[in-house]
Amino acid sequence: MGRITLEQVTKSFGETQVIPPLDLTIEDGEFAVFVGPSGCGKSTLLRLIAGLEDVTSGEIRIDGNAATSLAPAKRGLAMVFQSYALYPHMSVRKNIAFPLRMAKLDQAEIDRRVNGAADVLNLTDYLDRRPGQLSGGQRQRVAIGRAIVREPAAFLFDEPLSNLDAALRVGMRLEISELHERLKTTMIYVTHDQVEAMTMADKIVVLRAGHIEQVGSPLDLYRAPRNLFVAGFIGSPKMNFIIGAEAAKHDAHTIGVRPEHIEVSDSEGMWSGVVGVSEHLGSDTFFHIHDTGLADTLTVRAGGEVGFKHGDRIHLTPRADVIHRFDANGLRLA
Amino acid sequence: MATQQSRSAARLMMAPAVVLLLGWMLVPLIMTLWFSFRTYLPLRGGDQGWTGFDNYVRFVTSSAFWPAVQTTLMIVLGVLIITVALGVLLAMLLDQPMWGQGIVRILVIAPFFVMPTVSALVWKNMFMDPVNGLFAHLWRFFGAEPVSWLSDAAMPSIIMIVSWQWLPFATLILLTAIQSLDSEQLEAAEMDGAPPLKRFAFIILPHLARAITIVILIQTIFLLAIFAEIFVTTGGAFGTRTLSYLIFQRVLESQNIGLGSAGGVYAIILANIVAIFLMRIVGKNLDN
Amino acid sequence: MARAVTPRRKLVNTGLAWAVGLLIFFPILWTILTSFKTEGQAIASPPIFLGFDWTLENYSVVMERSDYGRFLMNSIIIAGGSTILGLIVAVPAAWSMAFVPSQRTKDILLWMLSTKMLPAVGVLYPIYLLFIQLGLLDSRAGLVVVMMLINLPIIVWMLYTYFREIPGEILEAARMDGATLKEEVLYILTPMAIPGIASTMLLNFILAWNEAFWTLNLTAVDAAPLTAFIASYSSPEGLFFAKLSAASTMAIAPILILGWFSQKQLVRGLTFGAVK
Repeated sequence: MGRITLEQVTKSFGETQVIPPLDLTIEDGEFAVFVGPSGCGKSTLLRLIAGLEDVTSGEIRIDGNAATSLAPAKRGLAMVFQSYALYPHMSVRKNIAFPLRMAKLDQAEIDRRVNGAADVLNLTDYLDRRPGQLSGGQRQRVAIGRAIVREPAAFLFDEPLSNLDAALRVGMRLEISELHERLKTTMIYVTHDQVEAMTMADKIVVLRAGHIEQVGSPLDLYRAPRNLFVAGFIGSPKMNFIIGAEAAKHDAHTIGVRPEHIEVSDSEGMWSGVVGVSEHLGSDTFFHIHDTGLADTLTVRAGGEVGFKHGDRIHLTPRADVIHRFDANGLRLA
Repeated sequence: MATQQSRSAARLMMAPAVVLLLGWMLVPLIMTLWFSFRTYLPLRGGDQGWTGFDNYVRFVTSSAFWPAVQTTLMIVLGVLIITVALGVLLAMLLDQPMWGQGIVRILVIAPFFVMPTVSALVWKNMFMDPVNGLFAHLWRFFGAEPVSWLSDAAMPSIIMIVSWQWLPFATLILLTAIQSLDSEQLEAAEMDGAPPLKRFAFIILPHLARAITIVILIQTIFLLAIFAEIFVTTGGAFGTRTLSYLIFQRVLESQNIGLGSAGGVYAIILANIVAIFLMRIVGKNLDN
Repeated sequence: MARAVTPRRKLVNTGLAWAVGLLIFFPILWTILTSFKTEGQAIASPPIFLGFDWTLENYSVVMERSDYGRFLMNSIIIAGGSTILGLIVAVPAAWSMAFVPSQRTKDILLWMLSTKMLPAVGVLYPIYLLFIQLGLLDSRAGLVVVMMLINLPIIVWMLYTYFREIPGEILEAARMDGATLKEEVLYILTPMAIPGIASTMLLNFILAWNEAFWTLNLTAVDAAPLTAFIASYSSPEGLFFAKLSAASTMAIAPILILGWFSQKQLVRGLTFGAVK
């Protein structure tokens, strides 16, 4: 079981409040992702849940029990750190066994669990190596192994993939998702990468300056961002924002159109502009379009075979059913 | 970055070191201050009561004071100039590619590990002895009259001995600093057309400025307190009596504790002036 | 990346550096060589560099006559004891400053340093007096304590800079894994810090071994270490070059060897982490 509840939790460092009063519930078995730009308080929030920082005020409950003043180890949570935080002087086996040794489990049980975890994570051949002799991906797996042997109520991940190269990151992302499917344990995952958030989460928590901007499933956030910040943060490439007369036509201060929701044509369309840089990804092409009279640049996603060149005139038509409308305060209009 | 529990544990773990050092600093310091205001001659009547600032005045007005200040300054400045100048050159030389770099480094650093009494004695007898010293042989070989180094040229001799001891320290620190210089910076300067001398003046020397400052400050603190080298070689004679040595003589040789303590207070103040600058640099370094 | 240079340039560098290196090392080399000469050859004119009758006689004379073993023991006990005692006090302090820093940590560190800058001569008499009162004059225990105190700031500083290099996340991981404070220090911190602790010990041992103010002023016979042993050669025995050399070689040999292992740490320890 691993239902985690935060009630009016705040955190201040000296005079500065980094987390204003915050309420949040993460259901048992859920994969929750805290996402936001750097400095938004997402890691602090995770560390408060872990018990590595004291809350300034408020309550943290794990499965309904007060955990606010429990020592980190007593909360039944396991954490995977950004740097992996493996013990460099211990073999992989000893690293994974360390929490069990601290819990004074008997040796047979420790061996059973370590071998089980090594099996799941494909680490069996590496058990006698030191962390220094492993690749980044393998170290990551050891860190996860050290977490799963404890059979915790919830896993906490602090930007675990940010030290891996792009290809490995995709692979590990799948492995962690797979692990969640198999274990069905609550996971809280902190990242600044909205792609990780979108692809892994059951529930995304978007944070900015310690505030929760929006909580919801990835598709909820994609379809109905509550404000400009979330709209700009979720989705890649970024949503186009248009203000002024064009927005007024929709009775809004700002309208947002995602690049993938704009049709392109060489002859006709609602808007027109001049093609600047185009980025060919093979499957898709991103055009950066200038001189539309709407915004400095509009980004448009088209098929991989669409061939406009630098300087070509291009005509654009947004899909009317997916235009997002925001008021002067940046809040979504229904 | 921590919880309440770990913070109180931390305070507890720090306590022994803090308490010990506080005691080590305060108890003798207060005693020195106390004695400095009293007439205290353990062998000639003991503690004879308060004298106000008499000791301070007497220490400064005694005929030995200004020569001692001068001697101290000469030793400190002489050694600093020699060690820093040679240290920079030596560090740059050792930074060059060569065969047996490790061994040369060891040879250069070795004098630092020689205990002060040994180096003072070896220099005094085996090199500077006017009859059998190696220098005397060398002088005779060139047809010159051997010099009585430690009586006729006592100050240069002592400066030389102490410089020999401290040159490795300066070299080692400056070498470490030079090695931290990004070689791309030098290559960029070379691409920009700066000749070697300009590269030294505009890239290497500024890069070393901080290390040089640190060498100067740390050496100053140690050089102000030089003792064994003088104790073993001249015993303070022939114009080599430094401030530290003068205080030592007042306290232990002539057992005038009040006067010596007043001198001690001066020495403490002097060292602290240097220390403040050093602390500033070290403190700044702590922040990043 | 060191740049490739022409062999000619490298040859010149090598020649120059070796010449300078040997010149600086020469007094030590000369002392070691002289220690194997007879007294007559030691003062021969012109001096004999290598072509003398090698003898170990000086070593046996020095050891017989001056009870070298006792001085050596005192040096080892004073340097070793103060190092171990210093570590016991400094490890917890450096641990807490490195991993649980507060706003005052920096001030405390700097203040500790400032005690190191106190000129010994300024507090000579009070310490002397306290030693008499406490019956510590000319005792090893007294010198162990004094040596520990004068080097404590350096030990704390060095350990602090080493500890700071251990990522805090690893200690947090241990905490999450259920390690108590004691287990954390025992199983994680100490093994990881062993190289740093070892070099701290080494440097401190060297500094204590060579210390020549308190050891000269606070000892007479019983607790006198090698620094005092050598000082006693200042005259007239100093004129016996070969024996002086043998005594000197014995006093510096152990530390020369230890010192060569500690070059890197020396910089860190003596500049309080300001130059690395």
